[in-house]
Amino acid sequence: MKIVGISGSIVGSKTRTAMEYTFKAIAEKYPDAEVTLIDLAEYKVQFSDGRNYMEYEGDTGYVTKTIMEADAIIIGTPVFQASIPGTLKNIFDLLPVNAFRDKVVSMLVTAGTSKHFLIVEQQLKPILAYMKAQIVQTYVFIEEQDFHRKEIVNDDVLFRLDRLVEDTVMLTETYTNIRKEKEAQYDF
Amino acid sequence: METYRIERTNGMELGLYTLGDLFSAQSTAQQMSEHQRMKDMISMAKLAEEAGLDVFGVGESHQKYFIASSTPTILGTIAGVTKKIKLISASTVLSTSDPVRVYENFSTLDLLSDGRAEIVAGRGSRYGAYDLFGYNLNDYDELFEEKFDLLLKLNTKQPISWEGRFRSPLRNAEIFPKPLNGKLPIWRAVGEHHSSAIQAGKLGVPMHIAALYGASSVFEKRVDAYRRAATESGFDPKKLPIAVATMMYLDKDSKKALKDYFPYLNHTFTRARGIPFPMDRYAEATSIKNAIMVGSPQQIIEKILYQHELYRHNRFIVQIDHGNMPFKKVREVIELFATEVAPAVRKAIKN
Repeated sequence: MKIVGISGSIVGSKTRTAMEYTFKAIAEKYPDAEVTLIDLAEYKVQFSDGRNYMEYEGDTGYVTKTIMEADAIIIGTPVFQASIPGTLKNIFDLLPVNAFRDKVVSMLVTAGTSKHFLIVEQQLKPILAYMKAQIVQTYVFIEEQDFHRKEIVNDDVLFRLDRLVEDTVMLTETYTNIRKEKEAQYDF
Repeated sequence: METYRIERTNGMELGLYTLGDLFSAQSTAQQMSEHQRMKDMISMAKLAEEAGLDVFGVGESHQKYFIASSTPTILGTIAGVTKKIKLISASTVLSTSDPVRVYENFSTLDLLSDGRAEIVAGRGSRYGAYDLFGYNLNDYDELFEEKFDLLLKLNTKQPISWEGRFRSPLRNAEIFPKPLNGKLPIWRAVGEHHSSAIQAGKLGVPMHIAALYGASSVFEKRVDAYRRAATESGFDPKKLPIAVATMMYLDKDSKKALKDYFPYLNHTFTRARGIPFPMDRYAEATSIKNAIMVGSPQQIIEKILYQHELYRHNRFIVQIDHGNMPFKKVREVIELFATEVAPAVRKAIKN
């Protein structure tokens, strides 16, 4: 199973911190999983210009191709101005229509205020649904007060991140089986 | 129709086209050389002519996995080994070419082939040519519309004076040589953009439309929009031919066709677009209402005739050599297409 993480912002540390914890949890619990964590802050990604994702070169090509090869994707995003950051939206724009077909996608979100709780529900999920993702419905919402010096200090959040990892892997396995069963019915 | 060398009495023109794709081999197969692939395309055209098909097309791409970048050269070679079959580009990436050069090339081809050349001009569904030749993808529409305008003008009146954004102006220029009968049939290639079909209608030029998969009725909307736009712009749609292009695979046994073809189709999509072909969408191919042309000759006859009910098109051309299809199978498909499908389709449409 290939799991790719996307830390969706190029500024700040909270999303990155939460993603690092999440991927450490995956490594401990599912050592066989093939994991890649992409922190957008470390890559120079160009704006989408409409071409096929395979035709981008350099960092942009690396990021798009890595995402397209994944079985499961965990998206970590902060909330900026009551929405996802432009850097994350650009990743979606770089990918083809139906890019997430046959992929499981789960989410964690960091925010400065609890007022942002439904942002992911109302803005990120519709994009993922349009791109045909199998969405892990429950996401982890982490507030500013849950962090201290680049660590998560709220045990409740840590438990919820562990569950997010479990749900992501479990749903990916389940969905793969469902797909295999469906495909076995075809005569080709 | 006569302007475009289409004889109504022949029912429907049937033909083949190739994009010259050469993907890396599936794990078990041996990699074919560019040299061999090039030769195979010529052989395929010869077989098509011998089998009595009407049209042979060669695409144009400028990127990895496609070796047909010099379309007029390939068509010129085919012209030398055939006598009757029409030679078309399918399609020329006009947006990144000089229309004058394109017109020279195809006029030359027309003379060498005794009047068999046609240009199908498009914007390119693969974008390799844009980077390579220094064009900006942001000018996607403007580039094509300007160059297509010049190409059509070169075909109507010379000497010509012309000015545009993307090419140096022409002052009283004349292009040599001229096509055999003074004019070339020039078509507009239409892909998935509805507006492109409408634009073709507005200009009153024939439409060459790709209808690869999905419900056939989806493309009917595009065809209707094209004819409506032509009528509104003062053209008679009855005088404007429509060509439909797609991919095809035939086997005497329909179940075997469905099973054997899938890896090639899937390989093509995975390589060219980076997305596998969804199996559930492929399974819809068993319905006559679905555009994927895979099955027994009888199924394909029914599908073509069903589409003809919807589109009333005048030409139907298919790609049969994609995804590293072995040449032996290509030959078999040509034979089934020419001996079983073509006669039945022609007969049904003439009546």
